[in-house]
Amino acid sequence: MDAAVTVTDLVVHRGDHPVLRQVSCQVPPGQVTGLLGPSGSGKSTLLRAVVGVQQVRSGSVTVLGRAAGSAALRSRVGYVTQAPSVYTDLTVRENARYFAALYGRGAAAADAAIADVGLSEAAGQLVEDLSGGQRGRASLACALVGEPDLLVLDEPTVGLDPVLRVELWSRFHALAAAGKTLVVSSHVMDEAARCDRLLLLREGRLLSDSTPAELRARTGTQDLEEAFLSLVRAAAGQQVTA
Amino acid sequence: MTAATTSRPAAALSPRLTTATTTRVLRQLRHDHRTVAMLLVLPSALLGLLYLIWSDVPADPGQPERFDRIGLSMLGVFPFVVMFLVTSIGMLRERTSGTLERLLTTPLSRPALLLGYGAAFGLAAAVQALVTVTVAVTAYDLDVAGPLVLVVLIAVVDAILGVALGLLASAFARSEFQAVQFMPVVVLPQFFLCGLLVPREQLPGWLQAVSDVLPLTYAVEALREVGAAAEPTGTMWGDVGVVAGAALLALGLAAATLRRRTS
Repeated sequence: MDAAVTVTDLVVHRGDHPVLRQVSCQVPPGQVTGLLGPSGSGKSTLLRAVVGVQQVRSGSVTVLGRAAGSAALRSRVGYVTQAPSVYTDLTVRENARYFAALYGRGAAAADAAIADVGLSEAAGQLVEDLSGGQRGRASLACALVGEPDLLVLDEPTVGLDPVLRVELWSRFHALAAAGKTLVVSSHVMDEAARCDRLLLLREGRLLSDSTPAELRARTGTQDLEEAFLSLVRAAAGQQVTA
Repeated sequence: MTAATTSRPAAALSPRLTTATTTRVLRQLRHDHRTVAMLLVLPSALLGLLYLIWSDVPADPGQPERFDRIGLSMLGVFPFVVMFLVTSIGMLRERTSGTLERLLTTPLSRPALLLGYGAAFGLAAAVQALVTVTVAVTAYDLDVAGPLVLVVLIAVVDAILGVALGLLASAFARSEFQAVQFMPVVVLPQFFLCGLLVPREQLPGWLQAVSDVLPLTYAVEALREVGAAAEPTGTMWGDVGVVAGAALLALGLAAATLRRRTS
């Protein structure tokens, strides 16, 4: 099956500073792909390139068979930024309805998306009166409402309690089972085990592109955090010997 | 790629998405009661102050009352200034809150976003102008020879010009501090040169030429025409056309400076 996202030799600089250095990877359709790495490793930049709002120096990003950011993709790709990007001076429902309208959906779809993130009770509240975790969920609802084929989520579970986190992850897997593709960034290693596939990013380079099982086998450890650290050490060792 | 054909490629200027954006901006406004109150009351209050300033000053022989001339012109200046400020800050908030980046990944096109803003604040300006004109002719005895509905129309076109220039200016502002300071830069020279302080014929030639290319000049002239003639004049319609054209030009430039990809 064709990859949902294909990144080829992507180079992104911010000022003179390289953020992504020749990153190439593929995201399979109908799966949850985790993008992991320490803060500052380039995760958000890679996600921005996938949704087509990042200036890139060279390389290409193809999404669902088209160049990232092209007009035909905009109704098929949902994007949730790391900081909740919803209108704080609107209620949750007004936010969801606005984004629903942009994706050509009605009020019922907006209410369903609010229910999906567990915010039905707070639907009439202004976003500025919500807690940080609730704001993040409101932001997520505004992407779910479009029922996109590709959902790009930048650290969607930050600040959520464990119960809600589990619920959201099962929601992500349900979407994948329905044929949607998800790319989810996180710096929490315990979320890595929930992904079908893992991309490990460090200092703008891709350290690994594998399933969690493959990663465990390759590094000889059951603990993904430990596995990640051993990859980092191996990469550092190569740099020293090179 | 069967799904690609089923998804609706958004037209560059979808009326549906523009309307959705207008509704959203008006909803944001509605939640901000103090801003609504200020939008509705402040121009009338300031106009009242102008009325009082000249209340004891006799008119120059053969000239209309000063307040009739200046007060009427201010009906065009207020919405221009207020909407410039409100939109440049509003757009900057979209930028800094991340909602703009998010909108740029949705089917909403950039012209539709800007037009949605223009329509929302144009509507707000219409309500504002209705209130101000009503107060001006009833409480302050403002004398207008022409139809009042034309005064409201010119005020709305001025407001849309303010919106368009505000959207454009916000592209060059990185912070609220900067955005606010664009106001005097954009507004004051136009105010100084529009013929209110000094009749345009008495300006130095080169300043007259500058005044000729500033849209507020035409807005003030249009209002003066309505104030003086019972029937709408050709000059007035020409002036309104110039202001509307300038607003469209500024909206186009704002769309062109709105970058989808940023670093």
